[in-house]
Amino acid sequence: MAFVNLKKKEVQAKIVYYGPGRGGKTTNLEYIYNKFNKRIKTEMVTIKTHGDRTLFFDFLPFDVGKIRGYAVKIQLYTVPGQVKYDATRRLVLRGVDGIVFVADSMAVRREKNILSLKNLQKNLATFRKSIFRIPIVLQYNKRDLAEQGIPLLSLQMLEQDLNSKLKAPYFEASALSGSNVVATLKRIIWMTMSSLLKELK
Amino acid sequence: MTYMLGRKALDEIEAVLQQDLSDVGVDCIFLIDMAGNVIANLDNGEIKHDIYSLAALAAGNFAAVSTMARIIGEDEFSLLFHKGEKESIHFSKVLSDFLLITIFAKGISLGFLRLKVAEATEKIKRILEPFYTT
Repeated sequence: MAFVNLKKKEVQAKIVYYGPGRGGKTTNLEYIYNKFNKRIKTEMVTIKTHGDRTLFFDFLPFDVGKIRGYAVKIQLYTVPGQVKYDATRRLVLRGVDGIVFVADSMAVRREKNILSLKNLQKNLATFRKSIFRIPIVLQYNKRDLAEQGIPLLSLQMLEQDLNSKLKAPYFEASALSGSNVVATLKRIIWMTMSSLLKELK
Repeated sequence: MTYMLGRKALDEIEAVLQQDLSDVGVDCIFLIDMAGNVIANLDNGEIKHDIYSLAALAAGNFAAVSTMARIIGEDEFSLLFHKGEKESIHFSKVLSDFLLITIFAKGISLGFLRLKVAEATEKIKRILEPFYTT
């Protein structure tokens, strides 16, 4: 849930990067952190296993600047993608205002993408939120792997599997190289803020 | 769900945190919601903690511990407190959507802190209740 501080003229909103394990959620945040290093005054918080898998969440506070005279602070989170961390994902989703669903374009991950999206829908429902009403952007990550000859899901297949009902904006991306990472972020921030402004009216 | 707090409510909350906690020697106090947003924070001027990261972690920590409580058949644990060498941290739930977190040094006993936190929590509940829509 977003918080508007009328005294400080500040809005705080929460955006969560969701998706299957090893899909690129943490890599997205790492890219954003490195790219905007001079603007982000704090360290990125990561709670992970020895094997570098996200265990609890990653967190990155991001000051967007002023919108209509209000300082906008976006809290970016990722969830652990592995199936066994479902309870943890639910905790991190609490109070979410916008979602980036990071899908893994590798052909072998097709099933995991679908299961993860269904899992997101289920976990949102525990907070009485609908996946069809919350601001959401899809990111089809790892498109760069095509250059290495790794079989990828086509855009049509990804759209059919994940976006046929949602009809959400989507970006083909490579979190490792940074391609469309910032575009994804800008879009979800814009959608989240638009949704908040509508709610406040 | 978005919620707003105006100057009057925030001033009242800050006054409670100042008088009941900061003035008795608590080093750092922050009131957050369960999403990890910082509603109010006060410190003794010497503290340079990253409040936003602490808030995110505190909300996650509290939520994780609450879930563990439910798994073992408890509604919730009455005490959530981490003891450090020099500084300790205490969590207290305010209504069902907010957390009052205090960081205090060795000079303050846990019992005394819990007493002051309980008093402050009651006052903050009364301030927040009119805005409470869930």
